Amino acid sequence: MGMTMAEKILARAAGRSRVEPGEIVEVAVDLVMTNDITAPLSIAEFKKLGVERVFDPKKVVFVPDHFVPAKDIKAAEQSKIMREFALEQNAIYFEIGRAGIEHVVLPEHGLTRPGMVIIGADSHTCTYGAFNAFATGMGSTDIAAAMATGTTWMRVPPTIKFVYTGTLPPFVTGKDLILYTIGQIGVDGALYACMEFTGPVIDELPMDDRITMANMAIEAGAKTGIFACDDKTREWLAKVTTEPYEPVDSDPDARYAQVIEFDVSNLRPLVALPHLPSNVQPADEVRDLPIDQVVIGSCTNGRLSDLRIAAEILKGRQVHPRVRCIVIPGSQEVAKQAAKEGLVDIFLEAGAVFSVSTCGPCLGGYMGVLAKGERCVSTTNRNFRGRMGHRESEVILASPAVAAASAVLGRVASPFELN
Amino acid sequence: MPMRGRVWKFGDNIDTDVIIPARYLVTIDPQELAQHVMEDIDPEFAAKVRPGDIIVAGRNFGCGSSREHAPIAIKAAGVQAVVAESFARIFFRNAINIGLPVVEAPDAVRETETGDELEIDTENGIVRNLRTGKTYKATQYDEFIQHIIRAGGLLNAVRERIQARKAAEAGQ
Ligand code: SF4
Repeated sequence: MGMTMAEKILARAAGRSRVEPGEIVEVAVDLVMTNDITAPLSIAEFKKLGVERVFDPKKVVFVPDHFVPAKDIKAAEQSKIMREFALEQNAIYFEIGRAGIEHVVLPEHGLTRPGMVIIGADSHTCTYGAFNAFATGMGSTDIAAAMATGTTWMRVPPTIKFVYTGTLPPFVTGKDLILYTIGQIGVDGALYACMEFTGPVIDELPMDDRITMANMAIEAGAKTGIFACDDKTREWLAKVTTEPYEPVDSDPDARYAQVIEFDVSNLRPLVALPHLPSNVQPADEVRDLPIDQVVIGSCTNGRLSDLRIAAEILKGRQVHPRVRCIVIPGSQEVAKQAAKEGLVDIFLEAGAVFSVSTCGPCLGGYMGVLAKGERCVSTTNRNFRGRMGHRESEVILASPAVAAASAVLGRVASPFELN
Repeated sequence: MPMRGRVWKFGDNIDTDVIIPARYLVTIDPQELAQHVMEDIDPEFAAKVRPGDIIVAGRNFGCGSSREHAPIAIKAAGVQAVVAESFARIFFRNAINIGLPVVEAPDAVRETETGDELEIDTENGIVRNLRTGKTYKATQYDEFIQHIIRAGGLLNAVRERIQARKAAEAGQ
């Protein structure tokens, strides 16, 4: 019996020839990450363990991104705890102005490579599965233990294979593919499992779109999402790192809990209505739903290609008078490129805000918190109640194309509705 | 020793954003977090909940972010245990790690209501509803997880191991 790529990575990290779904194994970790929200708790727990140093400072990463630049005194204190610990440990630390949102920054620096086991005190750590890594989110205590020992325990997840066939219509992106998938299987449709994304559509899909898909695997309850390593992966990595890596591929006779095939040829740009990511509908079927705000950014859709699509739509148009449109680059690098390519000018001319790189409004932190009764179309990944502000506000998830079109029309809209 | 407590019942997919909204994540103080527990699903909850109460919920409890602040807020509010049809995996791990009992008992959940009294025997995986007198089986933890529970949380389990390793190294 063959193994899936997820099983192969875990077997290797456990020093075993094979592992079986369901069994618990102890694995060596290749990268451990925390952010300004989860690090202070991890550090407090770490200090209780009776060890002085992290297991390997080159494999421990700290990224301030959620409430930075500090939104208030308390947030500043939390960031300070992290900054001081990171510097004292000589660990990898990404300061604002040179960094951005963790899941955008780490791949940009070549830190997420095929075959690695990556854990982070952030649920969207699964993003790195786009790079053929086994990556999953955990809590602060798990991360504290891993920072000390360089190991963690994992239950080997069963793998569900998703096969995407057909041809992708215009304006249908990785975001639409993952929203569609979650809409089909539900928010616990892949609970505890690994989602393996395959098929001819995936082979053609750009890395940025794969990253968006892996990012939202957690929204289906999955432990992680994973892609094979192909030329597109290698091309990305060649630009950012010279470190060696060992990709894994699933065996032809690998065992899957389920194989689900989607023909995506007739897919239209989608939205997920409040308050679950599975509440999915074609954007053009949502009739006359007025909005107050649009957010384009986040670890899901804050990369250069996302900003390019949004700019393409906003170019020569105006944000609707009643709408606040907030564009947030996923990293400093994205911001720089966006400026160079003239995208920033397009956003500013259109009447949008172009912000510093931060998680900010994605989790209702700052830079765009919603008031009672307000409605936002957002390229982020969660539309839970109160996620972006007041508990009676609403978040509608969409791709950058749908978000930009909605910003122009002042209501939920598909890009095809623009003339 | 089985535990007993009064039930607060919630639905499916209770996410970490409603358990402890991100706007309160500027602290790691358990008591401060407890003041806002479940605020975005039931703003009155923090005022109503009493030490020893039990949360009962449907599928996928704790879905969403990895914030350990969620089980910490629940535990610090005095909640003794969470019984659900199923748990989101990061929440489950976090709860075990910090010593908040989490019990998977789908049948019990379906026949339990707010105000009921439950008796939970985590060791033997049994849930009893004292109003109806009915008894239910809960999913048994595997040995590895039981080890963490017995040690009183992950930190203790890891500390024991680190100390054992240090002692072994010193003895050589
Ligand atoms: S952008 Fe949103 S989802 Fe991504 S890491 Fe930040 S808060 Fe989490």
